[in-house]
Amino acid sequence: MATTHTHSAARLMMAPSVILLFAWMAVPLGMTIYFSFLRYNLLMPGMEEYTGFLNYQYFLTDPAFFAALTNTLLLVGGVLSITIIGGIAFALLLDQPIFGQGIVRILVIAPFFVMPTVSALVWKNMFMNPVNGLFAWISRSFGFAPLDFLASIPLLSIIIIVAWQWLPFATLIMLTALQSLDEEQKDAAEMDGAGAVSRFLYIVLPHMARAITVVILIETIFLLSVFAEILVTTNGGPGTASTNLTYLVYAQALLQFDIGGASAGGIVAVILANIVAIFLVRLIGKNLEA
Amino acid sequence: MARKVSTRRKLIMSAIAWTLGILIFFPILWTFITSFKTEAEAVASPPSFLFFHWTTENYAQVQERSDYFLHFMNSVVVSLGSTFLGLLIAIPAAWAMAFSPTKRTKDVLMWMLSTKMMPPVGALIPIYLIFRDGGLLDTRTGLVIVLTLINLPIIVWMLYTYFKEIPGEILEAARMDGASLPKEIVYVLTPMAVPGIASTLLLNIILSWNEAFWTLNLSASKAAPLTAFIASYSSPEGLFYAKLSAASTMAIAPILIMGWFSQKQLVRGLTFGAVK
Repeated sequence: MATTHTHSAARLMMAPSVILLFAWMAVPLGMTIYFSFLRYNLLMPGMEEYTGFLNYQYFLTDPAFFAALTNTLLLVGGVLSITIIGGIAFALLLDQPIFGQGIVRILVIAPFFVMPTVSALVWKNMFMNPVNGLFAWISRSFGFAPLDFLASIPLLSIIIIVAWQWLPFATLIMLTALQSLDEEQKDAAEMDGAGAVSRFLYIVLPHMARAITVVILIETIFLLSVFAEILVTTNGGPGTASTNLTYLVYAQALLQFDIGGASAGGIVAVILANIVAIFLVRLIGKNLEA
Repeated sequence: MARKVSTRRKLIMSAIAWTLGILIFFPILWTFITSFKTEAEAVASPPSFLFFHWTTENYAQVQERSDYFLHFMNSVVVSLGSTFLGLLIAIPAAWAMAFSPTKRTKDVLMWMLSTKMMPPVGALIPIYLIFRDGGLLDTRTGLVIVLTLINLPIIVWMLYTYFKEIPGEILEAARMDGASLPKEIVYVLTPMAVPGIASTLLLNIILSWNEAFWTLNLSASKAAPLTAFIASYSSPEGLFYAKLSAASTMAIAPILIMGWFSQKQLVRGLTFGAVK
């Protein structure tokens, strides 16, 4: 069994990871908290002074914050609904006996491996562009006026792009969960006269509950920080119509050089993410014991 | 159990699945096709799907117009560098947690996981300022450091879930035979751990290759990997669909192929072992 010797060796082996991660978390977070209480603008060096909660007051009462918070929630909620429902549907479909199942699965999974800037630009230019885009051509051939997606429905357009990127992830996880379902259980239910709908509701869906929870939580973590897709398509606009919290903090820091205000925004984003994280850590921790 | 399914039903299901699959894949396919068009054909209306003059000139022009190869190499160096550095740091830690767990191992693992949940904007400002003052902005070194740190929790976790599956008895036997700790690692553990390490490697190369928050914010031109380089096509003067498509195709092809081989690992790695 493990001796004191191996235990101290183990501690030594863990040390680099633990120390580095601790530094990575504590140092920037500590600095962000510190900056958030300062009046600190990169354009006015040497003028830093303590301002208490003023940055938070400005950030939280800024109309842009409300817009960004709403957009963040809409973006997360919209993408989640599309990917969860679509993911379950695709997983059920791919779980059926079909010809060339492996190839279809490869096609469906592909968008996940496309880097965010590429997928955003391809959608923006080649599909959503009101003049040269494929969607414009489709609507013109049906006699409708083409829609300028990113100008008239910017947030929804970004939701579509991001959902396209995350649908594969949801599908893959749901499919993995579905394939671990005991076929005999379904067969038994079928023999007892349960229809397809009740089989889905009472056997398949409960079995997938954990996979669904995992998808919701993990996607939420990533979706709260959507950035590249907004940067290359709309720059958060028009106005603040497609600005989320991440983009707002970025704009405040690196475009307006307001380090204090942006830091306060960063802390607000951290708090928001932590609320989600608590649930996720609990779920995975519980799973670790099982 | 294999249930009897009528061929008719199978045909209908196949048709639906294939149609939807191709629809989902279509943007990638369209990018690939457009990369072989001339700029005029790329914006032509009605668009031609297959019957146009196929050309490879865009691929050459992407390189001429901007140093594509430099950015490609930046991506290679940054994703491989951060992945190998991460493995180097994480393998001992995961080994220790899997084979000599203590009461606190689980807490350490959960804490590592929680660091991954910190939104990047919480760290952006200090990291940007530290990099600016330390001369790390727009350097490959800086990007390698940041990507190593952001992926370290995933690497440790993935390795941990793989190492956990290696039977401890074999290690006990090696120890009884007098193998020292380094020998145990090199001769006993490593051969059994290679598949897990390879999967971790693959997934992390994919994640680092596509990382687009830190690479966009911390690099400008010199060290810009493909994520940031492609973003430069969003400016109005960069509206060349065929060239954008050629640059995009080259940027996503290697990872797409790697990704198709790592479907299973993806699930395990991204769900921290919660779904297998």
